[in-house]
Amino acid sequence: MGAAAASAEATTVAAIVEIADDCLILGHRLSEWCGHAPILEEELALANMGLDLLGQARALYAHAGEIEGKGRSEDDFAFLRREREYRNCLLVERENRDFAHTMLRQLYFSAFMQPFWRTVAATSSDETLRGIAAKAEKEMAYHLRHAGEWVIRMGDGTEESARRMADAVIELHRYTGELFMASPARADAVAAKLLPDPESMRAEWDDTIATVFAAAKLTAPEIRVMQKGGRDGIHGEDMGHLLAELQFMQRAYPGQTW
Amino acid sequence: MSAPAPTSGKPSGSVADFELARALEVASTVPDPEVPCVTVADLGILRSVSRDETGRIVVRLTPTYSGCPAVIAIEMAVETALLSAGIDSTIERVISPPWTTDWITDEGREKLRTYGIAPPVGSSGGRRAFFAEDTVACPRCGSTDTAKVSEFGSTACKAHYRCNACAEPFDYFKCI
Repeated sequence: MGAAAASAEATTVAAIVEIADDCLILGHRLSEWCGHAPILEEELALANMGLDLLGQARALYAHAGEIEGKGRSEDDFAFLRREREYRNCLLVERENRDFAHTMLRQLYFSAFMQPFWRTVAATSSDETLRGIAAKAEKEMAYHLRHAGEWVIRMGDGTEESARRMADAVIELHRYTGELFMASPARADAVAAKLLPDPESMRAEWDDTIATVFAAAKLTAPEIRVMQKGGRDGIHGEDMGHLLAELQFMQRAYPGQTW
Repeated sequence: MSAPAPTSGKPSGSVADFELARALEVASTVPDPEVPCVTVADLGILRSVSRDETGRIVVRLTPTYSGCPAVIAIEMAVETALLSAGIDSTIERVISPPWTTDWITDEGREKLRTYGIAPPVGSSGGRRAFFAEDTVACPRCGSTDTAKVSEFGSTACKAHYRCNACAEPFDYFKCI
């Protein structure tokens, strides 16, 4: 195999892993709600959504490992990397804070991922990715509906729920720009027709958010400079704490398997 | 879309064909671990039973949800059932095309209802609007005066409902 082919493979792996990282890290954040959700029904909902995301991450890591061909398993990707090697966007690693923050984060993410997976399922040159995407799209549609309904209920709810939701918008909106930015690996994957250009999801995302915000009586702030860095492995302080928990078993008992 | 039935080769009377037909029969009867009133064939997650080029029996199964924790349990249950019938097999997980509730057979839907779980309403791929509700009939009294309690229920594949007519809570098999 020539150097060019090897490097193309490495780029493909990197492009898939950054999406898997988004799913893993957000799935982990949702799992942190276990035992803390405001009501039993949301306890189930948060765990179920987290489970969907973990399932998507597993399929993507396994596929990346196969393309790479070096014997890395889904667990190796999930547990045996250092912070700088995780390429998730900053939005998904943000702390849960309160239920308003968590649901708004979920809305922002699902409103992007649902059209994203739908486009992957229809256009990707990679058959396995199309399969993963077709399944994931249905799951994201469900998450989008659930999160959107909560944002509307809370934004147009009591004085306290509206205040919390408005706080969450101010805190999180500046992390949404990164969803649409293509890392060098992503740009190569777009050129190779493996993945769609994230920027092409913007119209639908804007439309979804505008619909929800209108019903929720929320206003999107004008953000001049969007936060970024996750796709380069530059994370916020939250990420270190998250990984300490996520990787605890492998650090305490290196090499443990189920 | 109607459920593509799990397939096996057409039996022509040889011992090998008999084994394949038997494998399909055994695999089809394995119950779902979380919804034991229906089999993997009823749910449409048993995709095929065939032989690979070496003659080994290959069973293809598809997960309902990406993160469904029952996937491994189902695969082990099918493999074990075949072993008990004296058949060695390889279990393959296929994700494409993705499973949809449209593949649940009519018999499977009736079994779900009898068991107390409302089967999915309509066909997949519809509902996107916020706060739109499906009309779900109570599996016990048949009333459509029901209310969604929780979008997510006891397993990844179910939502939680309550019947306003007979006051019974029930599970609804989500439509995806």
